[in-house]
Amino acid sequence: MRSILTLSLVFSTIRLATPLVWAAIGGLYSERSGVINIALEGLMLAGAFTAAATTYYTHSPWAGLGSAMLAAAFFAFLLAIVCIRFKANEVVAGTGINILFLGLPAVLSGALFLSSGSTPQLPKDELLPEVAQLSVVSLLALLLVFVTQYVLYRTPFGLRLRSVGENPEAADAAGIRVNRLRYTGVVLSGVLAGIGGAYLSIGQSSLFTRNMTAGRGFIALAALIFGKWRPIQTMLACLLFGFADALTIQMQGVAKLPSGEDVPVQFIQMIPYVVTIVVLAGFIGHSRAPGALGVPYDKES
Amino acid sequence: MRLELRNITKRFGAVLANDHLNIVIPSGTIHAIVGENGAGKSTAMRIAYGFYRADSGEILVNDEVREIRAPLDAIALGIGMVHQHFMLVRPMTVTENIVLGAEPGSALALDLKAAAARVRALSEEFKLAVDPDAVIEDLSVGQQQRVELLKALYRKAELLILDEPTAVLTPQEVEEFFAILRRMREQSKTVVIITHKLSEVLAISDNVTVMRDGRVVGNVKTGETDAAALARMMVGREVLLRVEKPPAKPGATALSVRGLSITGRDGARRLDNVSFEVRGGEIVGIAGVEGNGQTELIEALAGLLPESQVSGSIAFGGRDIRALDARRRREAGIAHVPEDRHRRGLLLDFSLAENTILGVHYRPPAVSGAGSVLLNEPAIRHRAELVIREFDVRPPNPALPARALSGGNQQKLIIGREFELPPLLLLISQPTRGVDIGAIEFIHRKIVALRDSGCAVLLVSAELEEVTALADRVLVLHNGRIAGEVDPAAVTHEQIGLLMTGGHA
Repeated sequence: MRSILTLSLVFSTIRLATPLVWAAIGGLYSERSGVINIALEGLMLAGAFTAAATTYYTHSPWAGLGSAMLAAAFFAFLLAIVCIRFKANEVVAGTGINILFLGLPAVLSGALFLSSGSTPQLPKDELLPEVAQLSVVSLLALLLVFVTQYVLYRTPFGLRLRSVGENPEAADAAGIRVNRLRYTGVVLSGVLAGIGGAYLSIGQSSLFTRNMTAGRGFIALAALIFGKWRPIQTMLACLLFGFADALTIQMQGVAKLPSGEDVPVQFIQMIPYVVTIVVLAGFIGHSRAPGALGVPYDKES
Repeated sequence: MRLELRNITKRFGAVLANDHLNIVIPSGTIHAIVGENGAGKSTAMRIAYGFYRADSGEILVNDEVREIRAPLDAIALGIGMVHQHFMLVRPMTVTENIVLGAEPGSALALDLKAAAARVRALSEEFKLAVDPDAVIEDLSVGQQQRVELLKALYRKAELLILDEPTAVLTPQEVEEFFAILRRMREQSKTVVIITHKLSEVLAISDNVTVMRDGRVVGNVKTGETDAAALARMMVGREVLLRVEKPPAKPGATALSVRGLSITGRDGARRLDNVSFEVRGGEIVGIAGVEGNGQTELIEALAGLLPESQVSGSIAFGGRDIRALDARRRREAGIAHVPEDRHRRGLLLDFSLAENTILGVHYRPPAVSGAGSVLLNEPAIRHRAELVIREFDVRPPNPALPARALSGGNQQKLIIGREFELPPLLLLISQPTRGVDIGAIEFIHRKIVALRDSGCAVLLVSAELEEVTALADRVLVLHNGRIAGEVDPAAVTHEQIGLLMTGGHA
């Protein structure tokens, strides 16, 4: 009994870490290029809503996934234009996108499905398929991490991306197009966060509900920082947060107070967020951000 | 490679940075471009490297007109540039930095092994002694500069533009660096060196172009000129290159430091058991390569470090001041001209008037009476006008934001404010960093005059010539310790340089 419980906790951890990994690795491409991406939350919501709506109409989760990538990429591109071309404050612009996606899905689903709360329920055979109890998206997440590790440290693109995020003047002097790489990084972050969002609405569950990310974009950002902007450490951080989440689910109705009553569910639900705060406050003191993170590149200054 | 700038003009807003420049750099020579800050030297060379685009004019490479729109174009033509602030990505390795933008291997696989081998070969060919696998932030400044040279050589540069290359080097490193430049010339490379140090121009260059206010005011052969003539062209008037000062008449001990040690936030020793005295009426100079404890020493004396990081005793006028905070130390008569004027010296967006009362803003005359919390605008303005007049701050408008001033005028404003304290002890770091020759002369005279009025002066400067010219005694700091005390009148730069790098004089 105990061992089954443990195994299910492992699977649960992986499932819950999956959207975090996609969003955090997405954030990694943006932030390694020097653009703060606080909009991961909103981009995930864009992906989640688009995936559910498209799958409903096309009956194909792959079309849903593809459209989620496109939609989130589009909004990431908007963010990129605002931050790179117009040098807006990246935190403010990203927050704008997050706020937009608190409301926009409700408006759209109200118009399309006459329900502002959620999209229609999808049948199980129209969801993203599973292999060995895990969604293909979870398995691909693992692949993504190692591909990212390779891209970042073993390809010219990765070298350039890192240089642009650390010292854009140096990259420019070496003949690298700084802003083009930053656009690429931010749009990639949209594509990947979009997949993370799609996993939520057409993988883990079978419909889009309002604000269904519930802060996962921010937790992904925390994992990215905790992982020191490195792919494998970031994945491990995501697993830690996923584990905290899994524990929350396991403990509900199980954990008892000394008096014999259940621990109030609200307290248990706090666990992932408390873990985030403790980790960020306690352990990341030595985490060093990319040198030029959040600094627009201005040639003639 | 022969490079020619023809009729180059470039404006930044209202500022005419380059005004119809004509410069010819013959192939296989070392060519110096000298001029004061803001004369337009760096702008001209940044245009040649494609960093900026000229508003009008032509660039000729080997007598052909070429369009240089971006650094990539310049690199393709064989032009390399080493910037004053190194263009290196600090957390990356030497090899990664060198190949950046011109990576060997395919788009899917970076071949860093082959690159490291080529870097090693180049490093040996020019005797640069750089480890291709080292991480940049672990390297000394001199080594980082050699990485910059390798970067250009790796891209097969035939002409190298070096912007203020010696500003960060020790005297020994400068010698080694010049040897490297001569080796490059032997290999028929062309070198352009932007500088304001006339002794170096005379030591290394074949030809000199002198710039002033965005224009070329002279093109001469180095063999046919001298420092005084070059300085006259740069400034547009006669300049005293030597500091005129009578012998010091030291009085009572003002500052007495005993067994001072400083531990950094990271637990590393920054200053190790340092003892010395400064007497009224003398200038004690601290020489040393930057980062050997000078910054921490001055900050400890000014009261800017937490007491927990400092051990040992600091006595001022016979009184232990370790427990006093920065304000109390200022009240006791310790003035501080910080090394980084933007970080510690000024509020750039505040007016000159407001900046002249920083540190005395809470007491009369800046407030209208003892205990008052209201600023006394007329008195502040009066004080600002006094500082501006006495210290020749230009433009002389107390309402301007400090940001609007040139570096030299900002520095004069800070020095004026500190001199008005008035101080019994002056802590002054890098008094003329980034300051023009004319203003340097002025600042030096003011410091000597303050000394002659009986003030004790502790001077830190990375410019060896400044320390030896101004100080009455020189302490050499190396690795947080005093490596020796020397008489500036009797010592050579080579001897001090040896002490600075841990050798023995």
